[in-house]
Amino acid sequence: MSTQTLAYDTAGRNAYRRVWARLFHTVFLCATLFGIVALAVLLITVGLDGLGRVSWDFINGYPSRFAERAGIKSALFGTFWLMGMTAMIAVPIGVGAAIYLEEFAARNWLTKIIETNINNLAGVPSIIYGLLGLAIFVRVMGLDRSVLAGALTMALLILPIIIVAAREGLRSVPPSIREAALAVGATPWQTVRFQVLPPAMPMILTGVILALSRAIGETAPLIIIGALAFVAFVPDGPLSSFTVLPIQIYNWTSRPQPEFAQTAAAGIVVLLAVLLSMNAVAVILRNYFERKRKW
Amino acid sequence: MTVEAAGGPPNASQITRKGFSAQRARELPIYAFLFCCAALSIVTTFGIVIVLFEETYSFFKEVSIVEFLTGTEWTPLFTEKHFGVLPLLNATMFMAVGAMFIALPFGLASAIYLSEYAPQTVRSIVKPILEILAGIPTVVYGYFALQFISPEIVQFIFGSDTSIFNAMAASIAMGIMILPLVSSLSEDAMRAVPRSLREGAYGLGANRFEVATRVVFPAALSGIVAASILAISRAVGETMIVALVAGQIPNFSWNPLEAMAAMTAYIVQVSLGETPRGTIEYSTIFAIGSMLFVTTLVLNILAQWLLARFREEYE
Repeated sequence: MSTQTLAYDTAGRNAYRRVWARLFHTVFLCATLFGIVALAVLLITVGLDGLGRVSWDFINGYPSRFAERAGIKSALFGTFWLMGMTAMIAVPIGVGAAIYLEEFAARNWLTKIIETNINNLAGVPSIIYGLLGLAIFVRVMGLDRSVLAGALTMALLILPIIIVAAREGLRSVPPSIREAALAVGATPWQTVRFQVLPPAMPMILTGVILALSRAIGETAPLIIIGALAFVAFVPDGPLSSFTVLPIQIYNWTSRPQPEFAQTAAAGIVVLLAVLLSMNAVAVILRNYFERKRKW
Repeated sequence: MTVEAAGGPPNASQITRKGFSAQRARELPIYAFLFCCAALSIVTTFGIVIVLFEETYSFFKEVSIVEFLTGTEWTPLFTEKHFGVLPLLNATMFMAVGAMFIALPFGLASAIYLSEYAPQTVRSIVKPILEILAGIPTVVYGYFALQFISPEIVQFIFGSDTSIFNAMAASIAMGIMILPLVSSLSEDAMRAVPRSLREGAYGLGANRFEVATRVVFPAALSGIVAASILAISRAVGETMIVALVAGQIPNFSWNPLEAMAAMTAYIVQVSLGETPRGTIEYSTIFAIGSMLFVTTLVLNILAQWLLARFREEYE
């Protein structure tokens, strides 16, 4: 009698376990689909609202009080100016820091502090960088609300990302290459400059593009340092005032009139198009050089 | 310091003899420059701390620290000024926790699916899509929250007399935004659990669900907790979503259908107006910034500590 009960219980228990396992397989799958569905809904919403509004006049027009006449020329040029200058500041410093940390740094407490510090900086909210930029670049250095002040702020913001990406690139070059160069008498700098950096460059470049695509969508720090929403001219130099796409989008989104929501959606379509092409370039670069790689 | 003690392979300067050579002497400025690049990160940190401290200090010369930390009214832009940060702090934390109600269940479930269930082909499709979600600018999420989540979801469920500016829409949007962070970091933690543990459990007759939830999940728990803390920290510092959809009214409330200004939303609100340096309004954004900086720093350090403390348990 008792053995029979035991056998019955085991079978029931196993069936219960199987049902439970099947059920959760579906639950986990649906949860994974949630993210994809959310992305799809977001893109469709933006597309429906904005695609009809994108036109040459929109891309080539200046901001306006009237939603149907507003364009993004100044914001688009502002974004390109800002990204160009941010890259010019952040790339040499970021790659330099990566080279130092990866190739030359003695493994001591100072290096440890710098590395921990870079990790922590990567986690600081972007709005805090805006406050730093406002106090140092805008007020103390007197750069006012210029492209240069914005680019310096953005450069500090993306430095940790560039450093991490560049270090990964340098690490992908096998040590044997360095040892061979050093063995034939090259100095450490010559080794890095002529043997390590060239093969690491594509990976570093990919990282740089991804870091810039992160910066291109940043809005908060630029609002803090006072980039303006209404700029009816293209920046003519590093000290010119400017606006960028995300700020323009924020400004239009925050207005109550539904026509401006459409204009904002059109701005988002352009912003996402720029982002998408940057990411595509990064992916193509990575794939191309991964195939060419000899080790 | 010996190479073994330091860990990792030796780098170029450790391999070469530290003797004098003319060529190396000429290169000294290069090494100095590279060091300065790396040291700039320290300067940045000091810059942030000094800037925040300086203005916060002048703020606390005018406002008592007790009023700041315990007051329940925040009206620095009115003629009758009150400087109680609790409404802003409460709103920030409330919405960040709300975001975790979306990000944690969906993020963890998709991490389990991707790590334990998904075939390689599905993984190679789903992961890049989730990465796209992580790469979308936050201002776009703000637009999405204001134009879709708030009217089509929140107002649809709770009636159209609900304010278009509400904490729930902000939380949902932030939850979607940090979902990829939770799922990819948790998945990394789960994949780091050694195969032998899974095989041991399968050998005892466990099925895939039991292996995932009773063996892999507990083994990866420290990494998962760290991922969640990082996600909360991201939500706390998030600006554009809360500035657009959660409103600008300081509101000490736990009702997700009401508008409530977060700390970051207040900083944006002040920055959009003209605030001359030296005024109390100018100081407030740095005082709020300090609070934000300290909060996120503590969360980040906690997450790093968790990861470092428990990482090598199985290796």
